[in-house]
Amino acid sequence: MLTRFENRPHALDVIGVSVAFGEVCVIDNVSFHVDVGSTLAIVGRNGSGKTVLLKALIGAVRASGTIRWAPETRIGYVPQKLDIQRDLPLTGRDFLNAKADVARAPATDAQRVAGLVNLSQSIVDQPIGTLSGGQFQRLLLAFALVGTPSVLLFDEPTAGVDEPEEKSVYALIHQLQQNEGLSVLVISHDMTQVQASADHILFLSHHGSYFGKTADMLNSERLQELHGPTVAHLRE
Amino acid sequence: MTYATGPGAFLIPLGMAAAAGLMGSIAVMRRMALASDALSHIALPGIAIALLVHVNPFLGGLIALVLGTVLVWAIEYRSRIPTDVVVGVIFSAALAMGSLLASGDELIEALFGAPNTSDSFNLIGLGAASLVIVFIVRYRSQLVIRLVSPDLARPAGINVPRLDLLYLLAFALTIALGLRYLGVLLMGSLIIIPAATAMRLGTNLRTMQTISVAIAMLATLSGMLLAPVLCLAAGPLVIVIAASIFFLSLAVRRA
Repeated sequence: MLTRFENRPHALDVIGVSVAFGEVCVIDNVSFHVDVGSTLAIVGRNGSGKTVLLKALIGAVRASGTIRWAPETRIGYVPQKLDIQRDLPLTGRDFLNAKADVARAPATDAQRVAGLVNLSQSIVDQPIGTLSGGQFQRLLLAFALVGTPSVLLFDEPTAGVDEPEEKSVYALIHQLQQNEGLSVLVISHDMTQVQASADHILFLSHHGSYFGKTADMLNSERLQELHGPTVAHLRE
Repeated sequence: MTYATGPGAFLIPLGMAAAAGLMGSIAVMRRMALASDALSHIALPGIAIALLVHVNPFLGGLIALVLGTVLVWAIEYRSRIPTDVVVGVIFSAALAMGSLLASGDELIEALFGAPNTSDSFNLIGLGAASLVIVFIVRYRSQLVIRLVSPDLARPAGINVPRLDLLYLLAFALTIALGLRYLGVLLMGSLIIIPAATAMRLGTNLRTMQTISVAIAMLATLSGMLLAPVLCLAAGPLVIVIAASIFFLSLAVRRA
């Protein structure tokens, strides 16, 4: 039986990618792909190399192996919580306009994306250092959406935000994916969200990496042996 | 002590001040205030060598700044040592070398500037100030994204190492512009103090940069006009005025 993404082209192919810092191998020979319009969840314990992998995908970290984005891919990246100076004289509008300028998007794009992520104009006009955790995460999401990306990369998009806001951010991501047909790569510790939204899972650990469809990954005996608690949580 | 006279004599200092105000606005937001001040000292050995071989000291300072800047950038990217640490080491070495090579009045002039100096570099100075201003205006969006996070800059298609090198070179050019008027010790201050004041008073990028440029130009103009009246050196007076505006700004509550 074919799943809904079986015949879709790939937005991303990663083949035998490794990352080492000096003598320390952080990621060893990882391979996976992302279908156009699908969601890949990257899971694993702290220190398993999830963030390093995303940074390798955006070219911020040197990696060996093959990382092949589909032609004309436009990437939007939402990093883990950023430390911003509180007194930085930059408003959300300055920040979004700067991205629109660099992405050669229309000047009205800043307003459009602010609306997409439900950020009011008064919040957009505040200095970014004064925004709450949830507001800032929405601003980062809006920043990623400027220039109409085809792929969104999220590194724990709800780190540092409270539970209601967390649900709201995930609902927003899901809605954007449905409406804009985006491919999504998301690092998450929230297994409920992973199970609900991911089409594929990439499991990273010091013992190796495992990639497959969400349902298959949940039933993997090998994974249960190695990562019992996490996989058990997923199965629940 | 001689002083600048005639409207033309103010053109380059004001161009330099505008460039310093704009450059400083990015530097303070990147938390490069101390590194900026130290970077200006890299000019010293170049000035000293230029004086020894009877070449224009501005040219010597500019060459030393460009070489030093490229060295700072290369060490930072090769070793992943933070900019302020690299600048700190190179600054100390440059200061020591400059002190060994220059002496007496020449050294004082290099450290504090000589606003009365007149030479054939006026036109080049004006061109260099324009170049710095055009750079900041042209690359403002990239610089803003880079200062918030390099990780956001890369996926946005910004070549971060190239942008950093261009920024440091523009920074070096701004310092070189001010060497004649303010000297090695004070030029870093004209870049940082007006921008630090503007950071307190501005609530968005445009107002912050406008305030920074306005304060740098106001301090420079008033310093140069008041120096002959008060029989004081113009360079230090410019910085004292800029610093006074900063302290006054502390009394203003931010919106």
